[in-house]
Amino acid sequence: MAEKTYKWVGTRQPRPDGADKVTGRARFGADFDMPGQLVGKVLRSPHAHANIRSIDTSKAEALPGVKAVMTSADMPDMPDEMAPAGEVMVNLRDVTRNVMAREKALYDGHAVAAVAATTEAIARQALALIEVDYEVLPHVIDVDQAVAEGAPILHENLRTKNVDGAEDTLTNVAARIQFTKGDMDSGWSQADVVIEHAFTTKPVHQGYIEPHAAVASTTEDGQVQLWCSTQGQFNVRGYCAKLLGMETSQIRVTPSEIGGGFGGKTVVYGEPLAIKLSQKAGKPVKIVMTREEVFRGSGPTAAGAMDVKLGATKDGRIVAADLNIRMQAGAFPGAPVGPACMCSFACYDIDNINVVGFDVVSNRPKVAAYRAPGSPVAAWGVESAINMLAEKLGMDQLELRIKNAAREGTKTHYGPTFKDIGMAATLDAAKNSPHYQTPLKPGQGRGVAVGFWFNIGMDSSAACHVGEDGTVTLISGSPDIGGSRASLALMAAEELGVDYQKIRPIVADTASIGFNFLTGGSRVTFATGMAVVQAVREAIDELRARAAKLWEVDVEAVIWEDGCAKPAGSNVGDFEPLSLAEIAVNAGKTGGPINGHAQLNAQGAGPGFGAQIYDVSVDQDTGHVTVDRCTVVQDVGTAIHPDYVEGQLQGGVVQGIGWALNEEYIYNDKGQLENTGFLDYRMPVASDLPMIEPIIVEVPNPNHPYGVRGVGEVPIVPPMAAIGNAIAGATGIRMTDLPMSPPKLSAAIDAARVSEAADD
Amino acid sequence: MAKNHVTTTINGEPVEFLCETHETMLDVLRNDLGLTGSKEGCGSGDCGACSVMVDGRLACACLMLGAEAEGRSIETIEGMAAGEELHPLQKNFVKEAALQCGICTPGVLVAAKALLERNPDPTETEVRYWLAGNLCRCTGYDKIIRAVMDTAAEMRAN
Ligand code: FES
Ligand code: FES
Repeated sequence: MAEKTYKWVGTRQPRPDGADKVTGRARFGADFDMPGQLVGKVLRSPHAHANIRSIDTSKAEALPGVKAVMTSADMPDMPDEMAPAGEVMVNLRDVTRNVMAREKALYDGHAVAAVAATTEAIARQALALIEVDYEVLPHVIDVDQAVAEGAPILHENLRTKNVDGAEDTLTNVAARIQFTKGDMDSGWSQADVVIEHAFTTKPVHQGYIEPHAAVASTTEDGQVQLWCSTQGQFNVRGYCAKLLGMETSQIRVTPSEIGGGFGGKTVVYGEPLAIKLSQKAGKPVKIVMTREEVFRGSGPTAAGAMDVKLGATKDGRIVAADLNIRMQAGAFPGAPVGPACMCSFACYDIDNINVVGFDVVSNRPKVAAYRAPGSPVAAWGVESAINMLAEKLGMDQLELRIKNAAREGTKTHYGPTFKDIGMAATLDAAKNSPHYQTPLKPGQGRGVAVGFWFNIGMDSSAACHVGEDGTVTLISGSPDIGGSRASLALMAAEELGVDYQKIRPIVADTASIGFNFLTGGSRVTFATGMAVVQAVREAIDELRARAAKLWEVDVEAVIWEDGCAKPAGSNVGDFEPLSLAEIAVNAGKTGGPINGHAQLNAQGAGPGFGAQIYDVSVDQDTGHVTVDRCTVVQDVGTAIHPDYVEGQLQGGVVQGIGWALNEEYIYNDKGQLENTGFLDYRMPVASDLPMIEPIIVEVPNPNHPYGVRGVGEVPIVPPMAAIGNAIAGATGIRMTDLPMSPPKLSAAIDAARVSEAADD
Repeated sequence: MAKNHVTTTINGEPVEFLCETHETMLDVLRNDLGLTGSKEGCGSGDCGACSVMVDGRLACACLMLGAEAEGRSIETIEGMAAGEELHPLQKNFVKEAALQCGICTPGVLVAAKALLERNPDPTETEVRYWLAGNLCRCTGYDKIIRAVMDTAAEMRAN
């Protein structure tokens, strides 16, 4: 592989927002206030499933200090219409019902009304005065129970998509999808060894530390300003305009600094309510969720139940693979079952594949995206089964994966044929890692798993403004969730040939830059990066034109090198190089301001593959698992800013460790969520963990000027299965249901002891 | 009910404020005094995003009433840098990329500073346990722990 050398790309520079963020100066969603603003609060359903017969808000309205009360009656109903949100498509009829319940409350925590009052205490009092007449209905939480005959039906109008004859059947199954490749019968007939098993996952929350927050300010002439914490200000604008029957140009959304999102801040909750309340009250309204509201009212990831079947020849060639996966969408259709099905076997070159997925509604908050939506759920089953196959074949778990790895030319079961991918390089790096070469200590188990994410492109706009002193403002519309401003500035510095510190990247509001699709799917450094490079190149062309004008030569005779305009050759004339600053200071005399703009739909996202290795110890009495060592290997294309690439890898891994070992939603028999705080929804803390060793593999994406693929999604795909595989190595026990929490694992260990004793 | 009149010291400056009895110190800092560097991640003492020092002891501002500030000395993230000069922890957090989104960062920094004041030479395990009350969902803690250890070494050397 020809190594390109860069001056700025690949270096570890301080981030532009660093000083603001270590001093408390950075303004996150809840840190923004408007003069005279009211406090908005949301009333939430205590029932998992109930008809709403009526809502009486009169007492709340009469309370002094209450300035507005709203229910779904204040928003127009929506037709069935699909719109993109994150990596999933959503139906606006559903979105308006999720934002505020209409005929039915569909989950514990479902918003049913909202108030705006002069103080928080009055707002809370007002909520208590709203009388909702509920008719409580039977509910269903579990995905397989929701599919079962006689299950409570959430939506009378729901029919299963893609199934013939489903038109007349009430159901909770919103859609069935299928991907096939090859011929299953011939696959199974070639198999010497077959593995078949069922697996389940629990829904988990993204767990961003910053709760959702929004401030809306509206004017009498119909203009709206909204400040909020979001992964996509343009998506918020689009949603709010649709839900409130407004035009997008009437709504200006300014994204605050964002305190984590991981996919969960790609949709709207309080934003349209704040706007509506502000319109009714004639004053700015601020809505900040409590942590309890985040858990009860915002979207977790989908859970899944699945059956996996694999067949292989004696020498370890996988010849057939089957997956049937049911995914829990929450109260409205839209589980990431498509990506789950597509990612499931994408790491492997298998001739015969059959994947069937179901999108199932149940009485839980509507799911939102969470890092590589769908892929980790499928990987839990598939990657566990791969190890079961390795055990049966007596093969090394990594060797089996290397033998079957997807390579250049592998045709996926969902369509595309891979080119230029790094699966094999990633597995080799894992095999040669210091970690894999180190023998286990007594009692430890080692687990490996791999993961895949497409990475996405989509729409981005960027602008590059050259100041009169030759410094540059770089404007994008992609909220910076993990250091992307630094990466964008590095690429701009590389293009311009100027010091990174001379470039100031900012994230603009919806009125100050062209459309940008949201930050998600690992697209920003790839797609917005492409727009930035293109905008900078346009500015460079203008800089060359100005130098040409000053030198009175053709623009083709001027090149841009090391931050200066230079003559293309000695025949052009004897001109001293003109620096960016020298050209900028004369801009007024040579034609006016010097800017570059770009807008594009980024094509050619490079698929990302990763492999992870875990060593664990298991306390045989308590079932407590300790991760002793963890290595994360991933092909990222090019690491523009290695620190933030490593950070994405480490952060994704640790979220995966939480998903594997602890995190779950606990419901009581009324369908109410019982663990609505961080004490009981236990995410990993510093003392639970070892250092996370990153190994960055760089197989450049040929479709990006700097070879970027994207980083943030893949790291959360392998951990659950890799840890399950490590636990199997340490204990001989195969866990099939997440999380592998101490009570579950110790019960499994006890059961194994009993059956061993019985065998003796 | 009449509000409480509280006289206290915040980041070395004398401060007076009025607060309702039920108002937390975090509400007072954020809503009344404009010190929004302390964050509310949970409001229940579980995330550490609101960490402040009260008379030299690490505390969750969300678990303290504003009225309890009477006569005490409070330090927040806004008081950590000395004028233009960042605290070594702040410098190293930026240098070593110990933050991603940054919402946990003020609380982590306040807690880490408190650790180094009482233990200038902590082991990795000690840092991990001391910071176990500060949730970070972005970083996996790796770079945070390294930045704290490196700062401790640097401060010992100086
Ligand atoms: S806000 Fe105080 S500990 Fe979370
Ligand atoms: S950096 Fe985002 S929570 Fe710590």
